[in-house]
Amino acid sequence: MNISELTISQLRSAYTAGDITPVEALRALAGEIDARDPGIGAYLSYDLDRALVDAQSADLSQPLGGIPILLKDLISAKGHPLSCASKFLENTYTAPYDATVVRKLREAGAIPFGRANMDEFAMGSTNENSAIKLCRNPHDLERVPGGSSGGSAAAVAANLAIASLGSDTGGSIRQPASHCGVVGLKPSYGRVSRYGLAAFASSLDQCGPITKTVADTARLLEVIAGGCDYDSTCISTPVPRYSEEIGKDITGLRIGLPTEYFAEGLDPAIRERIESAMKTMESLGATIIPVSLPHTEYVVAIYYIIATAEASSNLARIDGVRYGRRAEASDLTELYEKSRGEGFGSEVKRRILFGTHVLSSGYYDAYYLRAQKARTLIRQDFESAFSRVDLIAAPVSPTPPVKIGEAEADPLRMYLADIYTISANLTGICALSVPCGTVSVEGKPLPVGLQLLGKPFGEVELLRAAHAYEQARG
Amino acid sequence: MPTTDYLVSIGLEVHVQLKTQSKMFCSCPVRFGEAPNTLVCPICLGLPGALPKLNAGAIEMTVLAGQLLGCSTPEVVKWDRKNYFYADMPKNYQLSQYDLPLCLGGEVPLYELAYPKDAQKSIVHPGKVVRLTRIHLEEDVAKSTHHATYTLVDFNRSGTALMEIVSEPELESAEETVAYLNSLRQILVYSGVSDADMEKGQLRCDVNVSVRPKGQEKLGTKIELKNLNSISAVRRALNYEIDRQIGEVEAGRPIQQATWRWNDEVGQTEPMRSKEDAHDYRYFPEPDLLPVRTAPFVERARAIRPELPHEKVARFEASYQISHYDASVLAADRALADWFEQAVQGSTAPKKVANWVINNLLAELNARSIGIADCPVSPTTLAALVELVESGKVSNNQGKEIFALLFERPQDSPEVIAKELGFEPADSSEIEAIIDEVIASNAGPVAEVMGGNEKAANFLVGQVMKRSKGKANPKQVTEMILLRLRPS
Repeated sequence: MNISELTISQLRSAYTAGDITPVEALRALAGEIDARDPGIGAYLSYDLDRALVDAQSADLSQPLGGIPILLKDLISAKGHPLSCASKFLENTYTAPYDATVVRKLREAGAIPFGRANMDEFAMGSTNENSAIKLCRNPHDLERVPGGSSGGSAAAVAANLAIASLGSDTGGSIRQPASHCGVVGLKPSYGRVSRYGLAAFASSLDQCGPITKTVADTARLLEVIAGGCDYDSTCISTPVPRYSEEIGKDITGLRIGLPTEYFAEGLDPAIRERIESAMKTMESLGATIIPVSLPHTEYVVAIYYIIATAEASSNLARIDGVRYGRRAEASDLTELYEKSRGEGFGSEVKRRILFGTHVLSSGYYDAYYLRAQKARTLIRQDFESAFSRVDLIAAPVSPTPPVKIGEAEADPLRMYLADIYTISANLTGICALSVPCGTVSVEGKPLPVGLQLLGKPFGEVELLRAAHAYEQARG
Repeated sequence: MPTTDYLVSIGLEVHVQLKTQSKMFCSCPVRFGEAPNTLVCPICLGLPGALPKLNAGAIEMTVLAGQLLGCSTPEVVKWDRKNYFYADMPKNYQLSQYDLPLCLGGEVPLYELAYPKDAQKSIVHPGKVVRLTRIHLEEDVAKSTHHATYTLVDFNRSGTALMEIVSEPELESAEETVAYLNSLRQILVYSGVSDADMEKGQLRCDVNVSVRPKGQEKLGTKIELKNLNSISAVRRALNYEIDRQIGEVEAGRPIQQATWRWNDEVGQTEPMRSKEDAHDYRYFPEPDLLPVRTAPFVERARAIRPELPHEKVARFEASYQISHYDASVLAADRALADWFEQAVQGSTAPKKVANWVINNLLAELNARSIGIADCPVSPTTLAALVELVESGKVSNNQGKEIFALLFERPQDSPEVIAKELGFEPADSSEIEAIIDEVIASNAGPVAEVMGGNEKAANFLVGQVMKRSKGKANPKQVTEMILLRLRPS
């Protein structure tokens, strides 16, 4: 038995059957990582000794007893390093507290194990903005795994992790999940606490699972969801038993297909995969209904104004004064300029500059305020669509994963590729990516994800549909 | 033009530390004088991933302060980020309120006793009321200590609740500004919202001041003054700056909008930064906090709203028949006012109690440099002493002696001390004997009293007092003499 290939459910069964202990599982997993991760780059680090201590006392009766969970490197876990894949924090910052999701994982018996590679401060969609190391797509090592939660998705896809937690600000869970052929969920805004996640854009960020199966995502969500005293944007509505709810059938489910999403720019092979997935859905009893999201052309502009504005402020605390890399300087201004100039990578700087600009006196009304107003229009688009359908189906990415180095030349093109994923963040609804086959590029099969989008706090319907599809697809 | 031909406009931004148990956005306790960086957590240190957690107590206190100052509170308020970099600010943005503050409008009455002592006789606008623009709530920054080649930052203060009270530019002199600060302070201390001690940094103020020739409608160009660390510094800085500005205008040099700094040692203002150097704070709504519905806070503040100094003054005047001045002295300090009211409870002579508090108690406290909170004599003890005097059992002077001794022996009753000092009213037969003697040897005054001039009795009373060596009670003696000599 190769334990790293197991799902959460399978590993739990193996524990219960006494086939393996958490200590053995962790040692085996570490062995796999040592052997194969150098070729992929999904892990920034892991601490086996620390994890073994947890494993020895693992309570297997807990929902995630003894299950190692890989954390994106922006999730605080007490005593673990946190670098956000940035030179600024690498080797200089250790989290002194647990993020709420980590506390909940521990309470459920899980073992935080490993720090997943990512785009620096979650800014990027290829993982190439990691300032620490390259991460490759396990399905084609010449290609990117997607981002920003690239390490999380690549590790799960490469069977170097049982399951992982990522974060999604504009598609950062769903897009790498799609590119790597795994399941990734961005929960509704307010469903999962953000406390302890280094913030990119506060009004858009959500933490969510990246797993091998929909059932595992349901199981993880069940643990990490729920109210939090330390995050006032997190809502304390009761958490459904997702893992028990997903098995029900989906007869009568109405799925909307936004006409705007199937226009110019979408790779025909991907379009074909989505259409084929819709046939499967129909065979399961769902009805496919065309819907319109008329303001789709504005979402990228709205998103990049709001996300960068919030980021410019959120990243201000990374200044080298209290923690992180501090440059030699003769006064405070120079300390800021040099520390931040040397510590941040170019994409992070680009977005901080952009965000600072849109908030500046004289520009605020034209950019930030207008973007917030336009955000309401996007929300209304979705409300109107959801008055007619239960879920919306869409591609995740307009193209298969690009080759390493291809994206760098044209950041704008990369921004535009976020078009299908960012609306879920702008509107706060839930959305996931579930594998729907492959497309062949240069003779290699590359995974494609089907995106399903649900109403706010409609994770039950969303996961149920994804699970039904996953089972039918085989 | 002479100085008197200029109008002065002064507006204040006053920062007040709230007396909350914990910080504004985390659970760290608020305490002063602890070892540096011991009252900190991921939130007030601005660690990656930390989010603010709102302290409802701070909102309630600010709403209460607003109600006491006659402000209105919008139904919904929100938080905004004020972005700028400084080492004392862990997130490099400050959580504040930009366009929806907790309190709007309001006013501060300038209390007579709040003016500097030497200016109380010549108050230009008695009963003046200064309008407020707004009050908002924000988090305090950490405390920096600058050394030759480095700066140390103590984050214990970081994130404590700070209320900013902004006034309209309606103050017209340094003395009014002092009165404003003292009156405001009094109200805040009264309501328990803050200790508002300027020396301890619990109340800090920036002052905007401009001058313009009389007759000009438009305000002159303002200078913002910083580094004002005491009320006396505010007064000195303003007097200096007003003279300086008038001098500039007189010399034909227009004032440029800027921030100046008061140098207390040298006793002058100095340029700090010009308007061009001002920050662009890039305010935007704080996405980590939801807007707050204020109705429950308004309701709660209404329930706990204490009586204000000037309201107390009016009540004291009416209930205890004391003068406006006496009532103001008693009401100036809430603890003193409470002490007085306890003493007056059940007393038949509230006015006398007031006199005792103002003339004797305050003097005694002053002499000992202690506040009313540390007064060893209890209000009921003073009340008992006043009764003793009023009933004629001891004389006024004897009462004062007892009072002084009470400070040494606060647990003893005035009666016990009176007895020890031999202040028992003299035996009436003994007094009768002395009166007999005095009447016998003062035929002239006796005749006058018998003729209807009761004032002449005072001389006889004095004689009796002398012979009794102060033991007799003058009131009683007067009555006894009149009883015998008054024409029937």
